[in-house]
Amino acid sequence: MTNSGRNREIHVDEIVDNVALACQDAAYNMRDDVYSAILSAVDTEISPMGRHVLDQLLENARMASEEQSPYCHDTGVTVLFVEIGQDARIIGGSLADALNEGVRRGYTEGYLRASIVRDPFDRVNTQDNTPPVIHYELVPGDGLRISITLKGGGSENMSRLEMLKPSDGPEGFIDFVVDAVSRAGPNACPPLIVGVGVGGSFDYCGYLAKKALFREIGSDHPNPNIAALENTIHERCNRLGVGPQGMGGLNTVLDVFIETYPCHITALPVAVNIQCPAQRHRTLQF
Amino acid sequence: MREHASEKLIRLVAPLRDDDVLSLRAGDRVLISGQLIGARDAAHRRLVSLIEAGESLPFDPQGQVIYYAGPAPARPGSVMGPAAPTTALRMDAYAPALMAQGVKGMIGKGNRGPEVRAALQEYGCVYFAGIGGASVLLSKPVVSVETICYEDLGTEAIRRMTVEDFPVVVANDAHGRDIYESAREYYARVIASM
Repeated sequence: MTNSGRNREIHVDEIVDNVALACQDAAYNMRDDVYSAILSAVDTEISPMGRHVLDQLLENARMASEEQSPYCHDTGVTVLFVEIGQDARIIGGSLADALNEGVRRGYTEGYLRASIVRDPFDRVNTQDNTPPVIHYELVPGDGLRISITLKGGGSENMSRLEMLKPSDGPEGFIDFVVDAVSRAGPNACPPLIVGVGVGGSFDYCGYLAKKALFREIGSDHPNPNIAALENTIHERCNRLGVGPQGMGGLNTVLDVFIETYPCHITALPVAVNIQCPAQRHRTLQF
Repeated sequence: MREHASEKLIRLVAPLRDDDVLSLRAGDRVLISGQLIGARDAAHRRLVSLIEAGESLPFDPQGQVIYYAGPAPARPGSVMGPAAPTTALRMDAYAPALMAQGVKGMIGKGNRGPEVRAALQEYGCVYFAGIGGASVLLSKPVVSVETICYEDLGTEAIRRMTVEDFPVVVANDAHGRDIYESAREYYARVIASM
């Protein structure tokens, strides 16, 4: 978006504006891949109620886009994955302040719902959806990439994490993920998108599970073994009968995405981040 | 085994009457007109504190339908911001106390726990499901809205909404039936035989 070269400068004002716009765009406009996946699900769905639900979700998305209103009222906790090049320089203020201000402005000016409480126990609403959750990663180069998701509470609450044993193997892993989807059932607004992080550590598998959700629906994992696991889980989930909104049917999940990382000899950590059709992911490249 | 989605539409006026509720069956599609009380997590906590303290509620609970919703802000010129039912399970801890006060129905999404299902039968109440995430579509049947109390809770304030033909499905009826359980069992069998 701006000049290139060593020690490239990126002004915080540019970050604020773009983060604010991305929050609104994500909330108002259902992604094309999600819309297409729901459209295909209408064709395959065997339950009349399921088809009705899917049709209504599509109509709702069209109305929201036309009105520039959030298609789901729960505009989520804002989660930001920031990849900053080691040769980039942020000028004009602090990066964290800019990200907070971008979220604040995006939500308050865009009529998005404020859903964050300042403390888990006193539960006073901050009224502007700040602070977001921010993950920073230092990467080679002089760029700045900010990946944003507006993560709804209903699906987030049905997510699970388990420290499996290495002896559980791929079968135990598959069973755990399918069971997480089964338990999420109607509560997480199926049809679901399932983000899975496996390996790393207790904290890192959760991070990977959320990152996995940034993939495009219908895309294959580059590793054929992982792609096969994704397909197996996808098929098993769609035999559960949960269906759209849990009212019964074939389409319980739209896709399954797995991210892996090396792990300790004793460990098989697995996190399942459940996502509803409000998969509001945007990526900004500076 | 019959198909679970009922084709016919039942029209009801809220607040509900006892015989309205008792005639409903899980899977019935219903259009509600009249008044709904919008209340969710934080508001429920306060309502139950009032009940425990022996104080009166900020609205007359008789026959009321509580809509578990926290709308996004309305744009200038529009009556109601986007809103759709939120996960009902989070209100399970409070719902039986409200049913004991005369509340007859709830609108949410997702399944209810055993205590709520028992209370639905005990008090002759109904739990309706709306389409979670269809927030713009479901804001259209709301023709007027006023804040009753707890404005400090922001989106979680208690609101009185006047609705015309608000679409829901009976998820749990007053007779112990559960559409989520029965539909899932039915379709799991259908899919297994495909």
